[in-house]
Amino acid sequence: MTAPEADTAPADTAREAPAEPQREFGSGFMLICQLALGLVILLAWQGASGRLVDNFFISNPIEVAERLYQWVADGSLFLHIWATVYETMMGFIFGAVGGVVLGIWLGVAPFTNRLLSPYLNALNALPKVALAPLFVLWFGLGIASKIALAAVLVLFLVFLNTYAGVREVDQDLIDGARLMRATRAQLIAKVIVPSAMSWVFAGLKISVPYALIGAVLGEMIASNRGLGYLVQFSGSQFDSAGVFAVLIVIALLAVALNFLVEMVQHRMQLWRIVGR
Amino acid sequence: MIELRHISKTFHKRDETVDAVRDIDMTIEQKEIVAVIGPSGCGKSTLLNMIAGLYPPSGGAVVYKGKRITDVNTDVGYMTQKDNLLPWRTVQDNIAFPLELAGIAKSERLARAAQAIKHVGLDGFERRFPHELSGGMRKRACLARMLLYGAETALLDEPFAALDAQLKLAMHDLLLRLAAEAGQTVMLVTHDLMEAVTLADRVFVCTRRPAMIALEQRIDLKRPRDVLNVRFTNDFKHLYDALWERLRVEYQEERV
Repeated sequence: MTAPEADTAPADTAREAPAEPQREFGSGFMLICQLALGLVILLAWQGASGRLVDNFFISNPIEVAERLYQWVADGSLFLHIWATVYETMMGFIFGAVGGVVLGIWLGVAPFTNRLLSPYLNALNALPKVALAPLFVLWFGLGIASKIALAAVLVLFLVFLNTYAGVREVDQDLIDGARLMRATRAQLIAKVIVPSAMSWVFAGLKISVPYALIGAVLGEMIASNRGLGYLVQFSGSQFDSAGVFAVLIVIALLAVALNFLVEMVQHRMQLWRIVGR
Repeated sequence: MIELRHISKTFHKRDETVDAVRDIDMTIEQKEIVAVIGPSGCGKSTLLNMIAGLYPPSGGAVVYKGKRITDVNTDVGYMTQKDNLLPWRTVQDNIAFPLELAGIAKSERLARAAQAIKHVGLDGFERRFPHELSGGMRKRACLARMLLYGAETALLDEPFAALDAQLKLAMHDLLLRLAAEAGQTVMLVTHDLMEAVTLADRVFVCTRRPAMIALEQRIDLKRPRDVLNVRFTNDFKHLYDALWERLRVEYQEERV
């Protein structure tokens, strides 16, 4: 029944997660300003490199662009991007399913919940990244260990939100359904789960970036493929241009994922009704 | 059929104790319509919650058809004061919900829901969601759901409070007709004396909190009653005056 702190804190952040700042691309003037700022930064970077700061540390935009072009031309970049995207997606799916199932289960089973809560709290407090070596041992150097790391990160976020959503279900709705002779299974399927849906979705939404983090981190620790591997490899070769090039790709990927999530959310008109 | 045996209820909230109901003893016969009337917040809803088995009395026992109520009482339909429609379901899916739980086929339950919707005058709003309806419309949807569900006993907690006077009369008529048709036992909580006398076979006047029975009055107006005109008869007037005489005391004490 009681998951102290655990049930409120992450759920609140999910609920009150500030709406994505309104993009002002609508006004042409702002767009020009933003592009100009980007240009100024690139020029300053190019100008500083080799003069103010050693090129070895910060590289320069031209070299970064060359590196990107080179990777695109030989096709290796797409291989790495695909590896990371695949791990992110699979990790998200496994983690989300596990988190939802666990959240609902513990939400409706007070005994199991009390039984497991100290262990789950301990696991949740553990920095999940520290599990990476274990996953490498268990699942090898391939993509499975990265999927596992991404899944674990997602699982706890989704679990805590789902659990909070289940605990938040209006008692009046439950009483009403019980008076109408709902069985326990019907109560869960027709009242508790739909009612918790807006929380579940909030959990899913905030966990997408964490799936990416899990995948990239996993690749950095041990792998021969993926953007995390590429950034690690470039770094070990003292190739700062390569590191910057990968960072740009990862940032673009994160932006694309966020965009995807927002599109999905936009389509799910239903959840807004549920959220009332 | 429903026996309240000297029940009382005390709530403990932090350091505060609230006596909601004290020593209420009454027996409601099958197919009887009973109204409980009293000042707002006097503990009338608590009474219904205990009959529905949502929580046990602190003292005494609720006995339903010879069986002591210890858990949710699934023989009653309960229309709570706050509407408890499922926000993610349309009006028709909400009204058909109890039929869905009973495993009735979709076509049949929608057909029956459509009829109930027509009864309460919500046709045209079948596919709306609860948040798109006014408070009165939501109440009517709850009423339709309860009537459709056809529990042998109906508990109604201020069911018509949010309705305008004309609609209220139509709903009174509907309730009396359908309850008589289905042979339902009805227990109604209200603070509208006119409504209580129009509908009930017996009216109980409650004191201010903690609720106790101050007066029990049999309403021997003949049935079926014409809800539009019954209030203009002399018999009605006498009963109304007798009850008001007692009820007024409760309201006066409250003001002091």
